[in-house]
Amino acid sequence: MSYKREDRKESELRPMKAKVGVVKNAVGSAMFQIGKTIAMAAVYGPRELHPRFMQKPDTGILRCHYNMMAFSGSGDRVRPGPSRRSKEIGLVTTKALEPALDLREFPKTVVDVFIELLQTDAGTRCAGICAASMALADAGLNMKDLVCAVSGGVVGDTPVADLDYNEEAYEGGSVDIPVAVMPRTGKVTLLQLDGTVSKEKFKEALKLAKEGCNQIYDVQKKALKGKYKEE
Amino acid sequence: MGKILVKEKQVVVPGEVLAEGMDFLPANYAFREGEKVVSMRLGMAQVNGRLIKIMPLTGKYIPQKEDLVIGKVVDMNYSNWRVDIGYAQEGMLNVRDGTTEFVERGAELSEYYDIGDYLAVKVSNVTKSKMIDLTMKGPGLRKLVGGRIVKITPAKVPRLVGKKGSMISMIKDKTNCQILVGQNGCVWVSGKNPDDEFRATQAILLVENMAHVPGLTDKINAFLEKEAKGDEK
Repeated sequence: MSYKREDRKESELRPMKAKVGVVKNAVGSAMFQIGKTIAMAAVYGPRELHPRFMQKPDTGILRCHYNMMAFSGSGDRVRPGPSRRSKEIGLVTTKALEPALDLREFPKTVVDVFIELLQTDAGTRCAGICAASMALADAGLNMKDLVCAVSGGVVGDTPVADLDYNEEAYEGGSVDIPVAVMPRTGKVTLLQLDGTVSKEKFKEALKLAKEGCNQIYDVQKKALKGKYKEE
Repeated sequence: MGKILVKEKQVVVPGEVLAEGMDFLPANYAFREGEKVVSMRLGMAQVNGRLIKIMPLTGKYIPQKEDLVIGKVVDMNYSNWRVDIGYAQEGMLNVRDGTTEFVERGAELSEYYDIGDYLAVKVSNVTKSKMIDLTMKGPGLRKLVGGRIVKITPAKVPRLVGKKGSMISMIKDKTNCQILVGQNGCVWVSGKNPDDEFRATQAILLVENMAHVPGLTDKINAFLEKEAKGDEK
């Protein structure tokens, strides 16, 4: 089935907004909004890690917690507490951020990142990764690069960037491919795919997502630098 | 010949390329990747000849040997105190390094420093796995009695101290307060009356919030003069 976007171009992302330092209690924090999806991330630590058998004597470890707020969906209450889905997303978020982070200065410790989704309209794990990477930079940890993430996908048979919920649920079938990239080197740190897609369509979708990541990088940079603008 | 891609004192993010070419060298919080010199912290870029370094704007305290820090006693063992110095692990202050007095075997350690006391201590050793030894042998190291504790971001301590101590000595003069700045961002302020302490605290917090603004010493000076006049009225 063919699909045509009405409100924006196929390669266009939803409007973005980003802010750093939104949670004063945290060591570092950030908000990232893309379309109607809003993610907030707060970093605590490095702090001593318990249980002790999880400690690594040569480096600190990263732990990400992903959570959708009860009211965040489109009417149905999201049941609070850890679920199979949120645990998995927490894990892939950790794996997506780890390559950019250097915690060797903090052996035996843990850095906790809490990601809360205030409002969801697809692309939550990507928004969460964008917010978390800004929050880690705001926390003053050594990083090789920021991490930018956005989903690519194929709706009907049209490759698009940054799917919203209606596109994900498109009745003609759609494939969603979340991609996280370290923008300086272009290395991919997250790539997931559910469903079936042809090789050609996959390549096009991946290209659109990577281009989208570069736009997100500019938004992230601007937000981080905006905190230290001269009055 | 390489080229520099950032301006002096420009705010940079982690992963931002600072310069290209092998004739530039990465210093503090910068690293080399191929031909490029890249930042690894959120901070201000500084170019000094061929050296390019980052002055971090945020970040937790990382203990280094010979640092003077202010810590809080959180636990006591048979022969040592455990002191929270704002790092992930606590620092250890042995009885032998904690006091010049002779301490008998099995003596009650809380008679010297109790839990909750603030101490000015020096980091005597940091092992590779970040075990921290503290000592109180040295000039000015003591238990801090009275006054108040102000906590600022450790990355902004150099700004609070100023060039050759210019900023902190100005705040001391204008407020008649004793001030001790720990490298871990813990500041002890003690004055003859609470108003002086309050003004000093305000000035310290102002330095923290405006650390990246040029001409800060003059601004703090103006602030303190204004506050002093306000008190007289």
